[in-house]
Amino acid sequence: MIRTLEKYSNAFGVSGHEKEIMEVIKAEIKDDVDETSVDFMGNLYARKYCGLKDAPNVMLVAHMDEVGLMVTGADASGMLNFLTVGGLDTRLLVSKRVVLGNEAVKGVVGAKPIHLQSRDEWQSPIPLSSLYIDIGASSKEEALKIVDAGTYGVFDTKFVSQEDVVMGKAFDDRAGCAVVSELLHTEEDESYPVNITAVFSVQEEVGLRGASILAERVSPDYVIAFEGTTAGDVPVKEDVSPSTEMRKGPAITFMDRTTIGFRVLRDHLTKTAGKYGIPFQYKRTVTGGTDIGVIHTKGGIPSIVISVPVRYIHSPKGILAAEDLKNTVKLAKKALMDFKEVL
Amino acid sequence: MLKSLTETPGISGAEEGIADLIRKYFSRYCEESYVDRFNNVVGIKKGSDSSGKIMFAAHIDQIGFIVRYIEDSGFLRLAPIGGHDPRVLPGQEMIVFGKKELKGIVGSVPPHLQKPGDTSKVTPLDELYVDTGLTPEDVRANISVGDNVLFDSVCSELKGDRLSSAAMDNRAGVLVLMETLKILEKVKHKWDVYMVGTVQEEVGTRGASIASYGIKPDLAVVVDVTFGDFPGIPENMTVKLGEGGSISHGANFHPGLTKKLRELAGEWDIPFQREMLPRPGGTDAYTVQISATGVPVVEMCIPLRYMHTTVETLSLKDVKRTARLLAIFVSEADVLFREVEQ
Repeated sequence: MIRTLEKYSNAFGVSGHEKEIMEVIKAEIKDDVDETSVDFMGNLYARKYCGLKDAPNVMLVAHMDEVGLMVTGADASGMLNFLTVGGLDTRLLVSKRVVLGNEAVKGVVGAKPIHLQSRDEWQSPIPLSSLYIDIGASSKEEALKIVDAGTYGVFDTKFVSQEDVVMGKAFDDRAGCAVVSELLHTEEDESYPVNITAVFSVQEEVGLRGASILAERVSPDYVIAFEGTTAGDVPVKEDVSPSTEMRKGPAITFMDRTTIGFRVLRDHLTKTAGKYGIPFQYKRTVTGGTDIGVIHTKGGIPSIVISVPVRYIHSPKGILAAEDLKNTVKLAKKALMDFKEVL
Repeated sequence: MLKSLTETPGISGAEEGIADLIRKYFSRYCEESYVDRFNNVVGIKKGSDSSGKIMFAAHIDQIGFIVRYIEDSGFLRLAPIGGHDPRVLPGQEMIVFGKKELKGIVGSVPPHLQKPGDTSKVTPLDELYVDTGLTPEDVRANISVGDNVLFDSVCSELKGDRLSSAAMDNRAGVLVLMETLKILEKVKHKWDVYMVGTVQEEVGTRGASIASYGIKPDLAVVVDVTFGDFPGIPENMTVKLGEGGSISHGANFHPGLTKKLRELAGEWDIPFQREMLPRPGGTDAYTVQISATGVPVVEMCIPLRYMHTTVETLSLKDVKRTARLLAIFVSEADVLFREVEQ
């Protein structure tokens, strides 16, 4: 599963340009599912049938898009102007390597050297309008010939493993994609008592856009979303309870900005965790939203989110604990196997 | 070569690794090479009559950090070595040189957990921390206060023969020394050439002083980097990438030899730029000029964008042109030196 996450994390897929990551996921899951399809927006569907009569349809959803950049033009000296895509703190862009477009053109976001700055300057963040991507071009024409306006970019980050953690970009939500992919894989003596439709959705980071058409297209009876969510077990100035903590197991959401976790599903998950001795935690902040926000209201579909705690989501490199990823799969798999208890 | 030069660690005060690598490169072209006890690395290429000594100095150290405190939770607090812009740090990939090399990330708060107004503030260094992801026990077993921390440098190839990496300041200068040595294989020169990779420049140009006292050169050439053009910086404060190395002018530099260097460039049709530095300081030239009984110094700098960030960017063309000009300067050093002495 870590190797799957590595492939997913390294793949390119900014909101609105998810083709590469979609192909990577499709190749990874094709042997474990009965059929796959892709809609006009780019959502990837994978179906796994159980063969049981009147079995409920459970949709598993994880979004494959990531936050990133879009090139908007170039100045006379060949520096590219750009905007951010999704929630990206512009303070994180300074002094970073980026890759642009399908050709994977390398670029860097530079900054004026500290030696040439006045005190006032370095005490305030550099605005996006004063940040540029330098690809080595010397004129506007040359720059836009190499990288046209509209080209998407991501941080040039490579996945690494270290002790019991892994580091990489886009764990929000490639961690969820890896969990769902692993759930689709069942051994010969295992089978779910439900039909599963796994959806790898697009455009979550720009307003849950891809997921908005899923309720009508899939008509699920239940939905479980899988996220890489904020782990807040890091130093802070004020003493606040962390959102989630690394190495404490999958995080079950009771409420966030877009959804209240469906009580029956929540109880089923916590009971399952207790029965099999799987650690879990609640996500203790009510910020952030997920795809099920726009799914569960379409006619009223019981839904819940399970998340892998990730430190530094929406940054060049996040950290997650391998055991949290494994326990998320374990909890979800057991919960699906025992799904008749929900019915 | 520049890739291995920029990706090999050498924080000020712990330059062993980079000094060893540079010595290996030097020894390909030099009859003699050694690393002194402060880790200055020296390569000596003998001239045809050894009637004088010309010393090249390029600093090999780079800016970085040191672990100043380890939180109970295992997060590392840093103290800077050299001049850092705190805005460069959030989200940065780091290497911690503990009992083993460990990767880390400078922590940042995701937008989901930020309060209104947070994005208009700069997080100062003392509120930033490095996260290795390890358990507090593993952190304490592997990392101690005083361990060095560097940017996890990756050299990127951009278009138009431009390269980007941390530590281009001043491995670019080191590369000029290598390229000059390469050319000198084919160019006659009377004087002995001392190629010196100096230490501790970023904390006060100290290695260059130690090296000069040891070598006592007749003449010195300092090679460093200077500010490349970038939107928002007045043109007169920068030089342009790709338009040649820049010759430094000011009290720190011997006016006669500086003029000769310019004339040589004209004679051989080698593009160069000029930088005006009325006040001495900022590079090894500062201490070399006043070492021992004094040393006449000339200086050339490679135009570098985004100095002291992780994406310092240069044009290889500038490195090659600078090396070519300096090799010609070496071949005529004995004559030029006599001319300006009189």
